[in-house]
Parts: sequence; C-alpha cells; structure tokens
Amino acid sequence: MLARLKGPRRGGLLVLALVIALLPLVLPNRFYFDVAILIGINAIAVVGLNLLIGYAGQISLGHAGFYGIGAYAVAVLPAELGIPSWLAFLIGVAFVALLAFVVGRPILRLKGHYLAVATLGMGILIFMVVTNESQWTGGPDGMPVARLTLFGFRVSGVQTWYWITGAALLLGVWFALNLIDSPSGRALRALHDSEVAAQVAGIDVASYKLFAFVVSAIYACVAGSISAFYTGFVTPDGAGFLHSIEMVSMVVLGGMASTFGGIVGAALLTALPQFLTVFQEYEHALLGLVIMLCMIFLRRGILPSLAAVLLRGAGQGGRA
Amino acid sequence: MSHLQVENLSIAFGGVHAIEDLSFDIQAATIHSIIGPNGAGKTTLFNLITGLYRPSAGRIRFEEEDVTGKPPHLLAARGMSRTFQNLQIFFRMTALENVMVGRHLQEPKNPVAHVLRLPSLRRSETACRERARELLDFVGLSAYAADSAGSMPYGALKRLEIARALAAEPKMLLLDEPAAGCNPAETREIDDLIQKIAERGVTVVLVEHDMHLVMNISNHILVLDYGRKLAEGTAAEVRANPEVIAAYLGAQGQEEFDRARG
Ligand SMILES: Nc1ncnc2c1ncn2[C@@H]1O[C@H](COP(=O)(O)OP(=O)(O)OP(=O)(O)O)[C@@H](O)[C@H]1O
Ligand SMILES: [Mg+2]
Repeated sequence: MLARLKGPRRGGLLVLALVIALLPLVLPNRFYFDVAILIGINAIAVVGLNLLIGYAGQISLGHAGFYGIGAYAVAVLPAELGIPSWLAFLIGVAFVALLAFVVGRPILRLKGHYLAVATLGMGILIFMVVTNESQWTGGPDGMPVARLTLFGFRVSGVQTWYWITGAALLLGVWFALNLIDSPSGRALRALHDSEVAAQVAGIDVASYKLFAFVVSAIYACVAGSISAFYTGFVTPDGAGFLHSIEMVSMVVLGGMASTFGGIVGAALLTALPQFLTVFQEYEHALLGLVIMLCMIFLRRGILPSLAAVLLRGAGQGGRA
Repeated sequence: MSHLQVENLSIAFGGVHAIEDLSFDIQAATIHSIIGPNGAGKTTLFNLITGLYRPSAGRIRFEEEDVTGKPPHLLAARGMSRTFQNLQIFFRMTALENVMVGRHLQEPKNPVAHVLRLPSLRRSETACRERARELLDFVGLSAYAADSAGSMPYGALKRLEIARALAAEPKMLLLDEPAAGCNPAETREIDDLIQKIAERGVTVVLVEHDMHLVMNISNHILVLDYGRKLAEGTAAEVRANPEVIAAYLGAQGQEEFDRARG
C-alpha cells in the first residue's frame, strides 16, 4: 500500500489534495484566497501545457489564445445569445478542441523555432479577434461575465471558487498523470526523444503531436473559463502574448516533464509579483532576477532539480 | 516465400547515388545479411525499406504487397521493425518504458481510457509491463529495468534497441550494425541473440561489419558497393567471388574471410 502511494501518481496527488484541503486553514484573508485561486487557475493551464512542451517536446507561444477563448465563451455567449453559462463553458471547450485540431494539423509539421513563431502568430490572431470584435467582446476594455448558476444556485464567493478551482486542478492533474503513464503518454515522451524511433515503433507521430496540442488547449480553455467566472470580468490581456509567455515560463521554471513542477512554477510566478509589490519600482526587476537565478542554478526546473538533490541524498533515483 | 522484394530501387542525395537500381529478394524466416564498405548505402537501404526515405525510383514489396512510399508507422503495423546504427533511444525514459513503447501497436488506443485509467487499461498495462520485462530478460538487461536509459552503457543500449524492436512482435527485423562498438564477449551475446530470434521464425535482415558474425549466421548475403549490388549468395558463394574479394575486401579481407571460415 505504501509502495503504491510512493509512486508519482498516487503520492503526488495525495500531497496536492492535502495542500488544497489544508491551505484555507492558514490563509489569513480574502487577498490570500484570491492569490491561491489565481495560482490554481494558472496551474490548470500549466499542467496541460506541460503535456505539450515538457512531455511531447513541442513548443507553443499561443496558448493564451485558447485561455482567452475559454474566458470569452462564458462571457459572450450568455450575454449575447442567452445561452446558460454552464453550456457556454462546454461550447467553449468544444470550440477550442476543434480550433486546436484544425490549426494544429498544419502548424505541428513545423519544429523548434518555426513552431514557436507559428503558434505565436496563432495566439496574436486570437488576441486581435477578441480585441477588435468590440460589439461582442467590449474591445480592449473587456466585458463583465454573468454569474455561473448551477441547478438553480448562483455560484459565488471566494471560498466557493477556491474549492471549485482546487477540485478542477486535482482532476486535471489526475487526468494528466494517467495520460503520461499510458500508451499515449509513452508515445508522446518517445517522440520527444526520437521521432524516427517512435515512427518505427508504429507511432503516428503527427497524430500524437496533434493530440497533445488539443488536450493542452482544452486545459488552457478550462482555466480561462474558471478565471472569467471567478473574476466576473474578462479583458483581452488573458489572451495576450505576455500571458502565453508567462505560461511557458511557469512550465520551464517549475520543471518540464514534471506535472507537479509545473504547479510549483505556476505558484511561484503567480504569487511572487503579488508579494514583491512592497519593493515598488523594483518589483519587476526582482522578479526577473529570481527567474534568472532559478534557471541558472536549477536548470532542469525547480522541482526536478530539488528532487534530484534530495534523492541523491537518499541514494536512489526517481521521477518528480 | 519471398518476404520482401526490392525492385530497381534508387535514391540520390545531391550528386551521391546512395542506392542505384538495386533489386533483390529476402526469403521469409532466414537471416539475410547486407555487407559492404563504409558509405556503400546499407543504412540508406534500411531507411528506404522501413519508409523513412522515399525512393526516387523502384518498388518495395512486403509480403507480396506494394508498400513503396508508405510511412514508417504503417510499415511497423504490417510487421516491420528495426534498430539503428546511431542509437535512437528514448533517453528520458526507463529501460522498461523504452521496451513498452515498442509494444505501442499491441496496446489499446482509446485516449479516454488512458486519461481515466479505466480497469481495462490497468490490465493491459500490467500485461505490457510483464511482456517488456520478459524481453529485457531475453536480451540480458533485467538489471537495468528501472534505470533511466540515459544512464545505461553503450553495449546495453544496443541490446535495449533489439528488445524494443522485438516488443512489436515483428515478422521482419532489420538490425543495423547491432554489434558495432561492442567487445568480443558482447558480440558473441548478440550473435546468440540473433540466432534465437531467427529460430522463432522472424526474418532477420542484418547489416554488420563483423565478418566472423556475418559468415557464421547468414543464410544469404548481399554485397553492396557504391549503392549497387556487387554480389549475392550464400556465405561460401560470396567468399569465393573474386569481384567481392578484389573490390571490397582486398588482400586483407581475404585473410579475414579465411579466418572466418576456419
Ligand atoms: N540523409 C542523407 N543526406 C545526404 N547524404 C546521405 C544521407 N544518407 C546517406 N547519405 C550518403 O549516402 C551514402 C551511403 O550512406 P549510408 O549511411 O547508407 O552508408 P552505409 O553503408 O550505412 O555506411 P556505414 O557502413 O558507414 O554505416 C553516403 O555517401 C552518405 O554520405
Ligand atoms: Mg550504416
């Protein structure tokens, strides 16, 4: 039993569940709850993006676009077409999956820098649409989001959204861990290391890349929807280039090919700016410094690097 | 039965005719070796047969069916598997996982079952892991099962590639210099391994520079030179072919051949 809990799937999931369950006991006020929820939302997107970048080895600098579509779906559809919020959420997910499938097919033939620029273009395109279609989206000023109602209850309050975000993150992590340790996940990790060897083993490399792209887009979309519901307002920034870069930074900083590392990265890069505000004009400079130092001294990402150090001490190998 | 037929196959890179107007047959359940000096086109031929390269002319028939230009993963699904001269290992995965990837075609494909880890998947995963362990055992790598492939020594990785290729349960296995860079003891182990694989009824296509190994285990040998067929036949026939001796092996090669015979 203990041995089964030690595996990354059960053990890590249990730790994450405990952290989510116990955190409210130490969060002193609303501000901290707010930060925790933002961390959770970013973590959901990052767990998905890690499947694409960390595991399958394919870069995307446009995932904020999918996040933005998730956010605007639950804002625009109820406001303009009177569609119930929960249905708008599902439509958003379905639309993002379809869009990622259609766009991913030609884009994912590209590799490395070319793929980075192509996904960047895709993200910018989505951002421009969201910004320019102001009769629907409110343009650069954004628009309010109707409260989510489920079974006749209005979902509101920072506590409620804390638990919803926590549950969604747990579910997302569980799905991701299952996937990574399945034939599909092995196919993704294999094509990351050697595309020819993967092909020769019978893996349809193009299809599996596309699969990772679609799945990671859905994660970003869900995160975007939750964020819109929680804050009650959407702006184009969520779909913007900087947000894409932030998400990629969270993956790389926390640990590529480490699901829990990605969460650590999301936590750090979400929380740090909030607490560095005491340094006023030096806030951004300090944030940059922290990121640089992490990458120099913890090259493989925070969690994998620290895990390696700890395991070396314990004298055994393992995966974070 | 003819397992693989190559007809008038050609491919060129820039001005280099890596394979030119090459035709030959490979009989099922035999060990078929392809030899030739460096740059003769052996690896290129493997890349053509397994679909990594498209020929500029010619046909490839696998089990009587035209498979010219088919992508590698579909050829794998038809029962073709291979190893690589320059190692193509999944370095970030464990040895066991490397072999499990080899079983990709045998595993269930439904991604929903993968994401939810349904009981059916849990069962197939246990079976997959079990089979992969057996294969690691078969190539003598049980001790490395849980190790990251990135930390394994070169000789072990050569055998890991064989285990991964076998995991697909291929009908034809193409081995590109499986003993290259291995010491004599390791080479003998690989020699044994190839014979065991052939005994199971798998057609083995072997590219190897170790003449002793080639002469001992091959049913049929094809000699390439500058992308063309120089000679073919049994070990004895190839050994006696004056053209082979002159063009490819030279005086020194003659000695090597004689040693291999003796
Ligand atoms: N992808 C490629 N691009 C350009 N030239 C290539 C390519 N692949 C092979 N060649 C050329 O084709 C010729 C045959 O190469 P190949 O690797 O098939 O030889 P080989 O018989 O496997 O040699 P070795 O015994 O050294 O492995 C060489 O001249 C090589 O430079
Ligand atoms: Mg070669």
